Amino acid sequence: MAAILLDPLAALGRTVLGGCRSVGDVALFALEGASHLLRPPFYGRRLLRAFVEIAWFSLPVVALTAIFTGMVLALQSYTGFARFNAQSAIASVVVISITRELGPVLAALMVAGRIGASFAAEIGTMRVTDQIDALTTLSTHPMKYLVAPRLLAAVIALPLLVLVADILGVMGGWIIATFKLGFVSEAYLKASFDFLETDDVVSGLVKAAVFGFVIALMGTWCGYRSRGGAEGVGAATTAAVVASSILILALDYVLTEAFFAR
Amino acid sequence: MSGGVPKLRLRGLRKAFGAKQVLDGVDLEVAAGHSLVILGGSGSGKSVTIKCVLGLIEPDAGTIEIDGRDLLRMPRREREAIGDRIGMLFQNGALFDSLPVWENVCFKLLAQKRIDRRRARDKAAEVLAQVGLAASVGDLSPAELSGGMQKRVALARTIAAEPDLIFFDEPTTGLDPIMGAVIDGLIVDCVQRLGATAVSITHDMASARRIGDTAAMLYAGRLVWSGPAASLGQSGNAMVDQFARGEREGPIKMELRR
Repeated sequence: MAAILLDPLAALGRTVLGGCRSVGDVALFALEGASHLLRPPFYGRRLLRAFVEIAWFSLPVVALTAIFTGMVLALQSYTGFARFNAQSAIASVVVISITRELGPVLAALMVAGRIGASFAAEIGTMRVTDQIDALTTLSTHPMKYLVAPRLLAAVIALPLLVLVADILGVMGGWIIATFKLGFVSEAYLKASFDFLETDDVVSGLVKAAVFGFVIALMGTWCGYRSRGGAEGVGAATTAAVVASSILILALDYVLTEAFFAR
Repeated sequence: MSGGVPKLRLRGLRKAFGAKQVLDGVDLEVAAGHSLVILGGSGSGKSVTIKCVLGLIEPDAGTIEIDGRDLLRMPRREREAIGDRIGMLFQNGALFDSLPVWENVCFKLLAQKRIDRRRARDKAAEVLAQVGLAASVGDLSPAELSGGMQKRVALARTIAAEPDLIFFDEPTTGLDPIMGAVIDGLIVDCVQRLGATAVSITHDMASARRIGDTAAMLYAGRLVWSGPAASLGQSGNAMVDQFARGEREGPIKMELRR
């Protein structure tokens, strides 16, 4: 009888303790990774490679996501706002939604799927095939070589991707507004830029930098801690994408509160 | 061991993983310029021993001396400087898939010594030649190489920075007997050319006799025998002789669950 009551509690306790241990481990991992950015040697070639992988190769998927999101947003806003004769607000709704929220969040989720998984799989495979141990025996600190350049590259690349997403998202809204909904092009663009404030764009870019750090951190951490061959690498890849996606959404709320809550 | 400070000396090395005592007081010495082969069944602690020396695992107790200096009680920078003079050939090669062969070979020279990439390429061609590979192999990816070639590239990477203490973890595992003999020959040549000290782990008795001056046997986390590698099979130690002959019956009992 006691076992029936205690077993679920014990399992809950183990889960909570495991969660706390993981949070602590991620925090220490992040600190160590970031500290290597300040101490030589620096691996510029690794940084460039990670930057190209994140920024350049994620560009098509981020661009397509942004443009279609802008198009859908304009269409949906029109059908909703038409009920209140407020169609003229579409331009401001699209530009503010894209720059503050949808640009950074959707770009980050897309990059989390691509890059978080790729980092976890590559570093996880290196872990289970002794390549990380080999780095140590070749007098190269694995955190400095594998983790630090990826963290920095993601923090630089995500805001640039989000800037592109912002432009293309607004462009998507403009395409629908002018070619389908009958808005005058110049008036739509003027309305967009009249409502847009610097804070809208800057808050989105700051969010992007934070999301970039989170994506690279979870990808590298899950890969670095992976164990147990192919199955372990698969689990690390899944965990990296799931954890970074949830963290992106949670941090989006926290950052929005910090920027805009009155 | 007679005369001078040994290149490597382990004293009372202990390491447990949970309740399992993997190393239970290992004592070992290798003289400078000599080649030691460590034998032992799976789980006897061979790999953990060398991982402790390489700093990949922190031992629970004991000392690890290189040239008479205890690695575990020296400042991190000095330990890194000593680690700089150590090479390691991993069982599976552990080549970096994301880099071409020539960058693998000269990885340490590029990443740590910061030599010019053109010079590194020339050096890679030179070291690849020492292990019997053409310079053109340098442009291939590790995934494009056969098992034997991967092992040779891994050996080239190990010797490229000219270490004075080299560890070999089962260098002939997974290779056919002829390729195994080729790799053994290359190991002996490279170690002699560098004047290095070598410590190898192997299950392959023919390989042990070819590359070792001396041999030592670990059983249940302890050193149970050491002697000339040539005497393996007629050592007079029942455990060593059973292991060397691959006999099922003897003092070594395999843990089999039925």
